[in-house]
Amino acid sequence: MSPPQPHPGAPARTREQVADLHFMDARYKLLDLAAFLDRLDRAAGGEDHRVRGLRAALPLLLEKDEGRVARILTLWSDPTAEPIAKADTKAASGVWPGLK
Amino acid sequence: MRYIEPHGHMVSRTTDDYQAMALAGCAAICEPAFWAGFDRKSADGFYDYFCQLTQIEPKRAAKYGLPHYSWLCINPKESEDMALAADVLALIPEFLKAPTVLGIGEIGLNKNTRNEMKVLEQHIGLAVKHDQMILVHTPHLEDKRKGTRLIMDALKANGVVKPERVIIDHVEEHTIHEVLDQGFWAGITLYPESKATPVRAIDMIESVSAQRVWLNSACDWGHSDPLSVPKAAQEMRRRGHSAAAIDRLVYGNPVKFLSQSPRFKDPAAQA
Repeated sequence: MSPPQPHPGAPARTREQVADLHFMDARYKLLDLAAFLDRLDRAAGGEDHRVRGLRAALPLLLEKDEGRVARILTLWSDPTAEPIAKADTKAASGVWPGLK
Repeated sequence: MRYIEPHGHMVSRTTDDYQAMALAGCAAICEPAFWAGFDRKSADGFYDYFCQLTQIEPKRAAKYGLPHYSWLCINPKESEDMALAADVLALIPEFLKAPTVLGIGEIGLNKNTRNEMKVLEQHIGLAVKHDQMILVHTPHLEDKRKGTRLIMDALKANGVVKPERVIIDHVEEHTIHEVLDQGFWAGITLYPESKATPVRAIDMIESVSAQRVWLNSACDWGHSDPLSVPKAAQEMRRRGHSAAAIDRLVYGNPVKFLSQSPRFKDPAAQA
């Protein structure tokens, strides 16, 4: 466990207090994710690029430093810098399709 | 508790939502122009929409004691059609005279295309020409980081736009720091799935100096919650934030930004 890194804008709190507030929420979300992966295993076809991105993000959850959300969002982001010529859809999928 | 809803698409909501927001402490609502869920076929459709934003919604909100303000533009999702965009931009100056219009918005990018960029630059030019504030929509999901950077580059390239008169909305953990570092205001949108939850929003608030940040629900015709701002305030209370800190974030900050328009009246000063 890393040493505490409180933000200056946050009231002081212990890890137990954080768990009291948010553990059950995180618990059910993790179980939902596990159930989603199980559901994929039971389905036919190849790996969807969105699911590939999700699997690529899982190791980032176990990194020690804060900033996991930003690192996951950056992993899923389009890394290019120039506008594209034309879009073939209005919608975003959640993971940049070019992610390997 | 009192709060401002600085970004709600009330044309898509029922009057029950107005009532629920008023009961939850909402003191004023601001409504940027947005995509209707389908592409409008002509500028006439936008003319009617701008009439709805500037004439109908203020009356509907007033029934619940809520001041209603609006922002005008053609949404980036409809910006691929450059001819339509030009026709709609030509309509906007007439509506800028309406007493409840605060500026140009929500402009920005959707899929980060060249045509979207051109229309964004035209909107920025329109705002500068008419000395209007700007409310920016940043792209969704995997397009957000790139689009946010392109938008900030376009705003800076204009050379006249004052960052403190621009709010860049829908920031998330990977964009909020860049937006604030460049002097813009940042908006955190509370969406159940695709943007930030109230819990993540308060994590972000605790990680930055929250002097130039507002929270909004961006409630519209999709999966969204018009009460998400007071729910985020509740999350702050659960974590031990003071009543003053909550009030500063959900009321004081939007009032501070919006009061740069002489048309916006602080509801507390009107009481």
